[in-house]
Amino acid sequence: MKIIVCVKEILDPELPPEAFEVDPNRNLALCPESVSHVLSPFDENAVEAAMRIKDLHECKITILSLGNNLHREVVKNPLTMGADEVVLLEDEAYEGGDSWATARALAQAIKRIGDYDLILCGRQAADWDAGQVGLGMAEMLSIPSISLARKIEVMNGKAVVERVCEGGYEIVEIALPALITVSNELGQPRYGTLEGVLASVAKQPIVWKPEDIGMDPSETGESGRKLKLLKLFKPVREGECEIVEAENPQEAARSLAVRLREVKII
Amino acid sequence: MAGYKNVMILGEVSEGRISPITKELLGCGKRLATDLGEELIAVFIGHEISTLAKQAIAFAADTVYSVDAPFLQDYEADPYLVSMQRVLEQEMPRILLLGQTFMGQDLAPRLAFKLKTALVLDCVDLSIAPETKLLLRTKPVYGGKALACFTSESYPQMATVRSKSMQAAERADSKKGKMIQVKANLDPSSFRTKILGRVTEKEEGVRLEDAEVVVAGGRGIGSAEGFKQLEELAKTLKGAVGATRAACDNEWVPTTVQIGLTGKIVAPKLYIAVGLSGSSQHMAGCSGSGTIVAINNDSRAHIFKEAKLGVIGDWKIILPAFTRKVLEIFES
Repeated sequence: MKIIVCVKEILDPELPPEAFEVDPNRNLALCPESVSHVLSPFDENAVEAAMRIKDLHECKITILSLGNNLHREVVKNPLTMGADEVVLLEDEAYEGGDSWATARALAQAIKRIGDYDLILCGRQAADWDAGQVGLGMAEMLSIPSISLARKIEVMNGKAVVERVCEGGYEIVEIALPALITVSNELGQPRYGTLEGVLASVAKQPIVWKPEDIGMDPSETGESGRKLKLLKLFKPVREGECEIVEAENPQEAARSLAVRLREVKII
Repeated sequence: MAGYKNVMILGEVSEGRISPITKELLGCGKRLATDLGEELIAVFIGHEISTLAKQAIAFAADTVYSVDAPFLQDYEADPYLVSMQRVLEQEMPRILLLGQTFMGQDLAPRLAFKLKTALVLDCVDLSIAPETKLLLRTKPVYGGKALACFTSESYPQMATVRSKSMQAAERADSKKGKMIQVKANLDPSSFRTKILGRVTEKEEGVRLEDAEVVVAGGRGIGSAEGFKQLEELAKTLKGAVGATRAACDNEWVPTTVQIGLTGKIVAPKLYIAVGLSGSSQHMAGCSGSGTIVAINNDSRAHIFKEAKLGVIGDWKIILPAFTRKVLEIFES
């Protein structure tokens, strides 16, 4: 069984709103050196989903990522969890793409990889939250797809997927090869193992430039966009929090209840 | 652009009636159509949905297309995609809006890539640019820490709309409109997925999305046991319990009560945030609440920037005292 997992390196989404700044002239999020880069958490869930399949079946897991100046410790992290190889679409020509440009380049890379049974992605990247690349790639590759998986089991050329839906989940069968996007309900990603860490040190990512996947740089990244970003800005917060103070916490709790009653909220 | 005209929304059904997000789509779609001097078209896909067209017309639609077939009872990507394409063979809108629902976020990207057009998911603001007449689509990004405004020149201009972010259309039963049936001509053997079953994780008490009071807990609650205390307060206030993704990922509560960007969107009158820092991913699901009250032992927690009222201290001491006082107030 051959699995490709698409992952994205992003600014740490746990960064508190106060520390997050944008450059309004370039419509970019500032990334000071103090801020760490991580894999988008939903993509880590996707790597975990692949590993759970590998726990049961003989399996090769290829990690595919796109960007420029990617941090090796970030994109190689899935190797520590048990993935087998990393392919990077890494070039400045890939920078600044939207869902369309990104899906197109990833789909081209997947065509070059050629032999696969399953493609896994996170449900959305926790930076732009666009939520389209996975399903978009499936359209471009003309393969069936399911979004928001919380469980994936593979058998006899098929996958049975629990898909999160209104008030619960549905159980859906899909023929392979297929693409599945994974949601956080699948469960926490495993930690790297010592064996994995050692293996990851020895492995270097394979890097593909646009010409390696049969694309012209004018079709990738910023030049390949369909969506134009007009403005990136921080929302204005209004109002101030009134802190209910008292001699002790119990008293503060009682005052809070009284205050809410006074303003007829309870 | 020549040929592309009008604003189209894809409606959804909830218990035989048009759903709340559909009324919001109709409200927002009508506003955009009026600004363009064009018409509002609603589409419904499902089975035995003949009553929906009339309802949608009363809620501002000028024309309603219905695709009705037994295979369309519940959402499934392939048959819904084909149904939508059938409608678009008859009418190619300038703007196409869906709800940011389980259906919308699955169907919209597939459709956009098929039509080779640009889509923005989870929009909280939509407007027409005065000069270019293009659709301006604003959505939260970076988990809500920033907003981004997009435009595109491919048609239809597509977006999904976050629930409770737009003004719902007003009902006017006297309104007239056109109703058009579209044949799906589906071939079930071409569907590439098969739904084997559905599991509903029943919520007890008040539905989270409908609750007027939500008591939500986060990482600070620390255990499933801790959430029992939140449940007690919720019960006293006839409300529902919600949670952050961290609390759900730790399995202290079922994932069905997750509030936030990838969970449920709620807008109760009162939102009591207990032991949660107020990450923007979480606030994305509750920022429309009437009054936010924060209980947290960290005075620098971001939630105090979002809340109207707050108490700084250990929730384990504050919550029981608060619950008792609320009971007392109710009894007196």
